Amino acid sequence: MVRALTVLLLCQLVGTIIQEGTGLPVPGPVLGMVMLLGYLLWAGGPSPHLRETAQGLLKYLGLLFVPAGVGVVAELQEIRDNALAIVVAIVVSTLLGLVVTGVLMNWFLRGKADA
Amino acid sequence: MHNFLPLFHIWAYLETQPLLGLSATLCVWEVAVFLDERAGHTALANPTVLSIVILAVALLATGTSYKAYFTGAVYIHFLLGPATVALAVPMYANWEAIKKNFVAILVSLSAGSFAAASSAMLIAHAMGASRAVVISLGPKSVTTPIAMGISQNLGGQPSLTAVFVMITGMFGTLVVTGVMRLARVQDWRAQGLAAGTAAHGLATSRMLQLNQTAGAFGGLAIGLNGIVTSIMVPVLVSIFGF
Repeated sequence: MVRALTVLLLCQLVGTIIQEGTGLPVPGPVLGMVMLLGYLLWAGGPSPHLRETAQGLLKYLGLLFVPAGVGVVAELQEIRDNALAIVVAIVVSTLLGLVVTGVLMNWFLRGKADA
Repeated sequence: MHNFLPLFHIWAYLETQPLLGLSATLCVWEVAVFLDERAGHTALANPTVLSIVILAVALLATGTSYKAYFTGAVYIHFLLGPATVALAVPMYANWEAIKKNFVAILVSLSAGSFAAASSAMLIAHAMGASRAVVISLGPKSVTTPIAMGISQNLGGQPSLTAVFVMITGMFGTLVVTGVMRLARVQDWRAQGLAAGTAAHGLATSRMLQLNQTAGAFGGLAIGLNGIVTSIMVPVLVSIFGF
């Protein structure tokens, strides 16, 4: 487990160094994710340890969001001042995102059997 | 008052220590998981949302600052980084499915992602929202750790983004099946991809309850959209001039 965690942290570290060094807008952990994906494709899959650790972390992903989400208490004023704009923007954009992705993908896959 | 003085001292001490925020977060999480199971996993009683609400109310009620709470909670927050990297593992597991329909997935996902991010920012801007709100809305369709990173890089407010991501996820989860029916999207792969692209893990977990294939496509959409959005939103921000 320690080795798997080290691998994850190293990917994040290298990703962060690349991001800081090049000024890329992509967050360091996302670059780390791409690197790990590249490694997995090259190596033919994760070791059992890495798979277990990744699944363990992702199983509790919901918990990891909590501290940031509680930050809402520091933003209440900002949210109250912009409440209507926020609600309209989120409702419309989420509906658009769902419809555009779903309809296009459905069109691409027409006639192709479900895998 | 004199009798409460020792208690007050203990409280004042704990406020400066990480232990309180850390254990409070974990205890509330356990309670929220229990409540979610009792409520039969409905979209609104999701343990993440419940925990955030309970802790936020507790902070406001006790007059504790977010900074004091975060002194401890930061240890949980830190794990978002390695968890983001860990998303590569389920992406790898779905790689065969991605490869088989690569063009279809990339085009549909990018178009949906573009529609969601640009409409969210343009609507908020047109309705007079502050710059912090507009920027923080840009990445709200992707999974929280990635969304927060994008927001931070662009000068948005990561905690605002976290809240917007949650609202998006809850709304998406509530409407996804109805919208797919109205738009006549029948293919499970398309439904899953739409759920994961527009409303990340929350809507994907709903899809997973309905159909395994839909869940798998939702999962790969979360990772791919993270990459697409982190490249696209900074470009949109500079094009729109926010």
